[in-house]
Amino acid sequence: MTPTITLTVNGEARTVALGDPRVTLLDLLREHLDLTGTKKGCDRGQCGACTVMVDGRRINSCLALAIAHDGAEVLTIEGLARGAELHPVQAAFIAHDGFQCGFCTPGQIMSAVGLIAEGQAGEDAERIREGMSGNLCRCGAYAGIVEAVQDAARSIDNANRKHVA
Amino acid sequence: MKPFDYVRPATLAEAVAAAAVPGAAYLAAGTNLIDLMKDRIATPSRLVDLTRLPGLDQIEDLPDGGVRIGALVRNADLAQDPGFVRRFPAVAEALLSGASAQLRNVATVGGNLMQRTRCAYFYDPASACNKRTPGAGCDAQDGESRLGAVLGWSEHCIATHPSDFCVPLVALDAVVEIEGPAGRRALPLDQFHLLPGTTPERETALAPGELIVAVRLAPEAAGFADHARYLKLRERTSYAFALVSAAAALRFDGERIAEARLALGGVALKPWRAREAEAVLAGEAPSPALFARAAEAALATARPSGDNAVKIELARRILMRTLTLAAAGTPVPLPALPGSPFAAVPGAARHV
Repeated sequence: MTPTITLTVNGEARTVALGDPRVTLLDLLREHLDLTGTKKGCDRGQCGACTVMVDGRRINSCLALAIAHDGAEVLTIEGLARGAELHPVQAAFIAHDGFQCGFCTPGQIMSAVGLIAEGQAGEDAERIREGMSGNLCRCGAYAGIVEAVQDAARSIDNANRKHVA
Repeated sequence: MKPFDYVRPATLAEAVAAAAVPGAAYLAAGTNLIDLMKDRIATPSRLVDLTRLPGLDQIEDLPDGGVRIGALVRNADLAQDPGFVRRFPAVAEALLSGASAQLRNVATVGGNLMQRTRCAYFYDPASACNKRTPGAGCDAQDGESRLGAVLGWSEHCIATHPSDFCVPLVALDAVVEIEGPAGRRALPLDQFHLLPGTTPERETALAPGELIVAVRLAPEAAGFADHARYLKLRERTSYAFALVSAAAALRFDGERIAEARLALGGVALKPWRAREAEAVLAGEAPSPALFARAAEAALATARPSGDNAVKIELARRILMRTLTLAAAGTPVPLPALPGSPFAAVPGAARHV
């Protein structure tokens, strides 16, 4: 199989010559497409910094082989805002101080976008904490993160939930 | 990662043929396999990507009242399927207590059964491990044995199987459907994972080239839905493997337990069905003393494999607590913290 794939990234069709089937989706985004908003933390699926949406679901891009995602629709932190208008989850993270150093933040925000789209947590703080447990924040901004997710969940009503991403 | 060929078959027959070469491995989501490949613990020369195979991602209600879960069904989809959760709540609770939302969104049913141990010595190429290199020895024996086994281990390997999902499945007599070069066969999940014995490198009953296509639950397994729980003791509130865990499913006849199904996780290299404890419970009225007797029976043959004798007592206690909460009734909806052992026990003083 030729190691060239086509996928939609932030609404734009991209064709990438991988050169090697070992390339992960994370490395494809960062090294091949220069989308460095998605972070490489542990590179082992343990920290959540690499979280992106693939076909509408949040996943760890570090454990996904790019070649296995030929044809996928990918949304990264770079694709959330509409021009100068921040996505409601981005705005809520700023409003609630949901970060300090910022390294985990793109993953936290993409994970929150996924959580709200899943519709299982609502505004319940305990369910939000559980639902965000795959995203570590070593600065310990968890209190602000939970408030931000609650706030964003409120501002994205049920009718719009499926279109949150 | 070691270089590999990537093959994406369009049919099951093509997949089996593609995997017939030595060094080939099947790939589903890869949440465990890619991790192992990055550290060169797994070094396949060919990956056969199963994720585009048709028909393996369905949750089918069978005419006899049972359910057939395709091997490619995602953990999150199964755990949130309303019909499945209603009939098999302990299985859903176990799924939701495992990994993170990101991992559950991709990890598959078949991949969960196939995941490798999380023994730190298996993951560390500098340590001796009979699983990685048969005959090399087992550095876990004299090492940090917190995640080590207390049942069914041998001097060759003290690793445990990390799955949550498999624990209630084995309690409920799940059956694995297997496809391979010699055709299709079915095997009870209880016989799927192998204890280490003298060959810890042999982990499952799969022959070379075989793969899981589905997991089935019989209609009787839904008869426990009103009193079924999975509890998991771990060192963090969430997103951690079990130190010990337990699935308990009870079917009542009036005030008495007509039938009990019990299994333990984190204690052996396979999900550990506790049939002796089930026999203790059958026909009895639930009480703390009864549950204590059942827990004694479940751990009667346990012995520490290192500095982990505490796990025997922890396993007894998690089983007693799981029985207590199962007898109290399955919560609807499932708790905010699925599998948490710190939920209040009805009728008891709250303590955590």
